[in-house]
Amino acid sequence: MRDSVSVLIGGKAGQGIASIETLLTKGFKRAGFYTFSTKEFMSRVRGGSNTTLIRISKRPVNAPVYKADIFVPLDTNAFYHAQDRITKETFVIAKKGDFECDCTFYDHDLEGLAKSVGNPIVSNTIAAALIFGLLGCDVNVLREIVAQLYSNEMLEVNLKALEIGAKLGQENENCLYCIEPNLSAQQAKDFFLSGTEGIGFGAIAGGCNFISSYPMSPSTGVLTFLAKQSRNFGICVEQAEDEIAAFQMGLGVWYSGGRAITTTSGGGFALMGEGLSLSGITETPMVVYLAQRPSPATGLPTRTEQGDLELAIYSGHGEFPRIVLAPSDPKECFELVRKAFELADAYQVPVVLMSDQYLADSYFNVERFEIDPIAPVHHIVKTDADYKRYSINSEGISPRGIPGYGEALVLVDSDEHTEEGLITESMSVRNEQNTKRLQKRPLVAKVAILPDVEADGEIAVVGWGSTKYIIKEAVERIADKRLSTVHFSWVHPLCESQLAPLQKAKRLIVIENNATGQFAKLLRLHGITADDQILKSDGLSFFVDELSEKIALLLKEIR
Amino acid sequence: MSTRFDRIVEDNAWCPGCGNFSILAHLKEALEEMGLDPLQCVVVSGIGQAAKTPQYMHVHMFNGLHGRALPVAQGIKVSNPSLTVIAEGGDGDMYGEGGNHFMSAIRRNADIINIVHNNMVYGLTKGQASPTSQRGFKTPVQTEGVHVEPFNPIATAISLDASLVIRTFSGNKEHCKEMLKIAIAHKGYVLIDIFQPCVTFNKINTFKWFKENVYVLPSEYNPEDKVKAFEKSLESHPFPIGVIYKSPQKGVLEDVLRDESQIGSKPLYLHEVDFHALSNEMNKYI
Repeated sequence: MRDSVSVLIGGKAGQGIASIETLLTKGFKRAGFYTFSTKEFMSRVRGGSNTTLIRISKRPVNAPVYKADIFVPLDTNAFYHAQDRITKETFVIAKKGDFECDCTFYDHDLEGLAKSVGNPIVSNTIAAALIFGLLGCDVNVLREIVAQLYSNEMLEVNLKALEIGAKLGQENENCLYCIEPNLSAQQAKDFFLSGTEGIGFGAIAGGCNFISSYPMSPSTGVLTFLAKQSRNFGICVEQAEDEIAAFQMGLGVWYSGGRAITTTSGGGFALMGEGLSLSGITETPMVVYLAQRPSPATGLPTRTEQGDLELAIYSGHGEFPRIVLAPSDPKECFELVRKAFELADAYQVPVVLMSDQYLADSYFNVERFEIDPIAPVHHIVKTDADYKRYSINSEGISPRGIPGYGEALVLVDSDEHTEEGLITESMSVRNEQNTKRLQKRPLVAKVAILPDVEADGEIAVVGWGSTKYIIKEAVERIADKRLSTVHFSWVHPLCESQLAPLQKAKRLIVIENNATGQFAKLLRLHGITADDQILKSDGLSFFVDELSEKIALLLKEIR
Repeated sequence: MSTRFDRIVEDNAWCPGCGNFSILAHLKEALEEMGLDPLQCVVVSGIGQAAKTPQYMHVHMFNGLHGRALPVAQGIKVSNPSLTVIAEGGDGDMYGEGGNHFMSAIRRNADIINIVHNNMVYGLTKGQASPTSQRGFKTPVQTEGVHVEPFNPIATAISLDASLVIRTFSGNKEHCKEMLKIAIAHKGYVLIDIFQPCVTFNKINTFKWFKENVYVLPSEYNPEDKVKAFEKSLESHPFPIGVIYKSPQKGVLEDVLRDESQIGSKPLYLHEVDFHALSNEMNKYI
């Protein structure tokens, strides 16, 4: 029996791929498997050629593979769009004659069958039941889910479709992809979350009570998630006229004691540069969720890339400290956005949280965790009569007052300012205030999160952000004792203790989902040189099978 | 008249004779006469000479970036509705750099007072045309004279159904102060466009020119008649001053967002996370 199976569904936008994804991921999860799903899609509302990949495994699986074990093209275009992903062993479920392949063909006219039960749209339910059968799973699990998802006539027709698919699945006697469930997985009741949902829940836990954003893929999911939850958790939601306003509104909210977030992608973040700088000099906290997609400019709007690291680290004019975090899975999304609110508040700096389309739109099996119910700490003070917003003290952080709480006025200024917060052109005051602000960098570096290090091989495979589990599984596949992995989720500012594992390694392979190796460049600034780089910027994430081949090839050279 | 809103400033950056001085004085007196508490007032400003106003008065201040006072002000009002929030700046700041925010702020209708010092010129950058500069106005940049029609903030605000639209003149103390009081007392967005002379860079639209080119709306004028108000907004040379338009009553942004999120009227810094509800919600994602 197999450990792991990959199922690829392809079709036009609006053809019901998302429904198959829901049915199968929920179904397999309830049947006792670990599941993971990810999607790639075109920038259009209807039509085009999109795919969703679902992995099913008896062991935790958190990364995509390129090659499909089972492929369901819902139309002819989908087949040609994904034909590189088919091997000789792939089971392809489609109507014969539409196309040819060197594969195992299951000749079923899904759409025709769907029409026979009264609605062509339910071909996706037939496909889901068929796949369930091909993997040797009990279709009753799927029946329960269909009953929960649909009502009235749609329930009836979907149940009919389910029976047809289940029958076709059972007729198959080729158990190449039969899979063994993991009973403990069934009992664990793990969360099944996307990166987007991880961010949304984490923001709530972090005390977020205001969001203003301008919609931009792939960040919009967090805006809609928080809008949907606004009533349950007391979150004020406003769609801003542009990203500039979105950021500025957030500053207004933090200035008066609220906890705001804004969400955007690279194009919008570019517009927020002036706001970031304002947050820096006024020492007003702010949290930005930056979900990356390929750029420059509009780039590939629905695809993925890690191309905005330098933008996040360097945008904004002048010199001021900031924090840049890059979570790797929905649980880390949850933890780091919560931490982002805490750090922004404690250090009075902007915090940028970097995700990308791949992480935002992928669903992960997340081991169940309890939420630590610790109320967010508001680092604000009740002002007394001699309060000064920008007082110089030994801690390096001026206590933050807010208007309407205490006896003093809170003066905040984008110009260089005195301790009171009024405009000044005094060089000595400039030096004092600037030094105080820049002092936060070493303060912040002290609390930096160390990279995740696995194994102790002398060749370190280094990554950051969303690539963690792809790199991890690729390295596991190679099973070469010389390898270790070092993964960064805190990418700026970097400190000595974070870099120690890299200094120890004999050779560094840095892997990034961009064309110029931005993280490797950052490491070089800290005196650490990448010996090899594996880069990818075609708009897709790395895939485990693809990446392990590339690493293996490199290792041959190193040998 | 001394007020609780006075701040002693040794180094004021405005030119002697600047219209900003009168606006500052009228504003402080209006706030004082209305019995407001400086600890409950926030003045948000952008960049420009007018935007320096909160530096010279005893109020909470957020002196931010060019054109960005309005979004900051709206954020503050939503965050803490008990504060009196004023967004103040010049014609370049509010109508030029901040044009999109001006339009959107009117539509959102937060309960804020938008004071615009309108001197029809860029003062801080030494005399270029502003959005309200009159046609033919010569500057070091517009060497042959401004070749576009001036922006009409009053007509724009009325067309967007602003809650309250006022124009006044800094040189008419009684009128200006009365208008500021009406603006402060109003619930909802208020545009108060104040004509003021720039004594250094605008030798055309001088104190005398403004005095000769404005007239006070008669007492029988009804600002609630939108069509009439729109007609008034198109009048120039002389320009009408007074309450030009008052929209039918409508909801304000902070109330709408707070109703939608059921957060009540408490300031956001008192908001607490409901971890029990959060756990329950996350349990749906298994």
